[in-house]
Amino acid sequence: MEKKPVITVKNLVKNYGDFAAVRDVSFEVYEGEIFGLLGPNGAGKTTTLEIIETLREKTSGEIIVDGFSVDTNADSIKQRIGVQLQAAGYYPNLNLSELIDLFSGLYGITKKPMEMLGKVALTDKAKAKYKQLSGGQKQRFSIATTLINNPRIIFLDEPTTGLDPQARRNLWNLIREIRDAGTTVVITTHYMDEAEVLCDRVAFIDGGKVIGIDTPDNFIDKLVESGFERPKQVKAANLEDVFINMTGKEWRES
Amino acid sequence: MRKYSNTRATLAIATASLKSILRSPSAVIFSLAFPLIFILVFGFIGGGGVKVEVGLGKGSDTTNIVYQELKGVNVVKLLPDLSEETLKKNLEKGSLDAVLTISKNPNGKPPYIVDVKYTKASLEKGNILKAVLNNIFYIVNTKGANAPPPVAELREATVHGREYKTIDFILPGQLGFSLLSTGVFGTAFVFLSLRITLVIKRFFATPVKRASIVIGEAIARITFSLIGALFIILVGHFFFGFTLIHGFVTVINMLILSVIGLIVFMGFGFTVSGIAKNESSVPPIANIITLPQFLLSGTFFSIEAFPKWLQPISRALPLTYLNDAMRKVAFEGAGLFDVTHQLLVLAIWGVIIYTVAVKAFKWE
Repeated sequence: MEKKPVITVKNLVKNYGDFAAVRDVSFEVYEGEIFGLLGPNGAGKTTTLEIIETLREKTSGEIIVDGFSVDTNADSIKQRIGVQLQAAGYYPNLNLSELIDLFSGLYGITKKPMEMLGKVALTDKAKAKYKQLSGGQKQRFSIATTLINNPRIIFLDEPTTGLDPQARRNLWNLIREIRDAGTTVVITTHYMDEAEVLCDRVAFIDGGKVIGIDTPDNFIDKLVESGFERPKQVKAANLEDVFINMTGKEWRES
Repeated sequence: MRKYSNTRATLAIATASLKSILRSPSAVIFSLAFPLIFILVFGFIGGGGVKVEVGLGKGSDTTNIVYQELKGVNVVKLLPDLSEETLKKNLEKGSLDAVLTISKNPNGKPPYIVDVKYTKASLEKGNILKAVLNNIFYIVNTKGANAPPPVAELREATVHGREYKTIDFILPGQLGFSLLSTGVFGTAFVFLSLRITLVIKRFFATPVKRASIVIGEAIARITFSLIGALFIILVGHFFFGFTLIHGFVTVINMLILSVIGLIVFMGFGFTVSGIAKNESSVPPIANIITLPQFLLSGTFFSIEAFPKWLQPISRALPLTYLNDAMRKVAFEGAGLFDVTHQLLVLAIWGVIIYTVAVKAFKWE
């Protein structure tokens, strides 16, 4: 497969006063992949993401998104991306269908709410308020709002945090479907098992710097080659497998 | 690719915001229920006018001309069937203003004797009755046979003026206050909560312009307030006789004033949303702005009734001028060009508050 970069970040730096949140970050995201940004809290993942999303000013560096520079063409970028923020709320007192209408208006396009909700299996919640949804439903709805403008790239900031194992798997399937439909996905997560099964490539960020970019498999192979051994031999299944097995693999709405 | 439409984005926000406002109980209560309750209370208190209650003594003759004339006076309310004892007791308490007994004169001339007992407990109304009786006697005595030729003839005329009712004062004040609370509380709460819950940040990830967000919210609030104002005016007019001199034109003028007032008050709302750290700090700050105006801007009492030292403060507040303009337009039938002084003061307030708002307002 030809690897065509859809996002290019070069020497990105972001300082808040004396504090350097992002020191020197460079990476490329290829078209049609699920790209994971991994790293401890405070490593600069969200800041990096928000700068690419044109929500934050950078201190220096160069960022090209789908051929447009964040410096000169922020509006063109906004039209081509979908953004899910960590912990963002939605306009109060509106139901899901009305929220989709609102976002359609903000993007200046016409979308049938039911069609969008159908993509994330929420048609039966069309008249419900965002607050009344379960954790998994909230994240699915957030993803629906990122898809309204048929974006080339969507950004998901910790979409599975706080979800139960079923809802998490359910969201993985949704994210894969989105990638398979041709949309590039950039995701952050604290769950390495998630990154391992979901991401095509991952970048580790620590202390505001990229400390490695590769596929999850390559990272693991390299570590094993270096002579790494887990202190305890892994069993053929883990407790999460037990959880899924005992509570059923089907979709669940809690 | 089609050109991005800012108008469409603005209208999408306006629609969303209006739906949200209509579903929020506090907005509806503050802007509609609150003013309506005040109007109701004052509407019922103010309706009555003066009534002199007069008890009719036992054995009064009710066929005579004096009685008939008295019955025709609507200031006087005659209460015939009270017992001797009740008459005495109520007269002493002042719940009756006078007791009147009309009897045939056994001596023949004059044919009737009218006996009136006033009470110290209600001297003022007693005096009204006295005047009414004098008037009746003048008519009756000049009409009777063998009456002396009149020395002078009385010609009465009443200029037909407009009756200034309590509702005419109360309603514009309540309308002004409704606009003030929608403008300040509504705007402050919505922008603070959109900021805190990151709704605005999420908006910024779309191509929407900041101006669209502000204008969209303003359109929604103005629409809501206009519906509210219209409702208050119509209820006032049809149920409590609120005076609308030029009818429809007056209503339109009042609505235009409402919009101007609301825009100024929203400036306070933007400022409060910027100063407040969280939702619970909105009410105290907003109350600092609304309460003094509620009390001092002639919402309930004319500011002329305030002590001299307080009046300059009243005359510095924007709501005073909105109330003033509303009353002139509604009751005196003034056009918008007749209230330019009030509009000018509101405009100055607008400039000041929006200068502050631009500095205080926070997007994130």
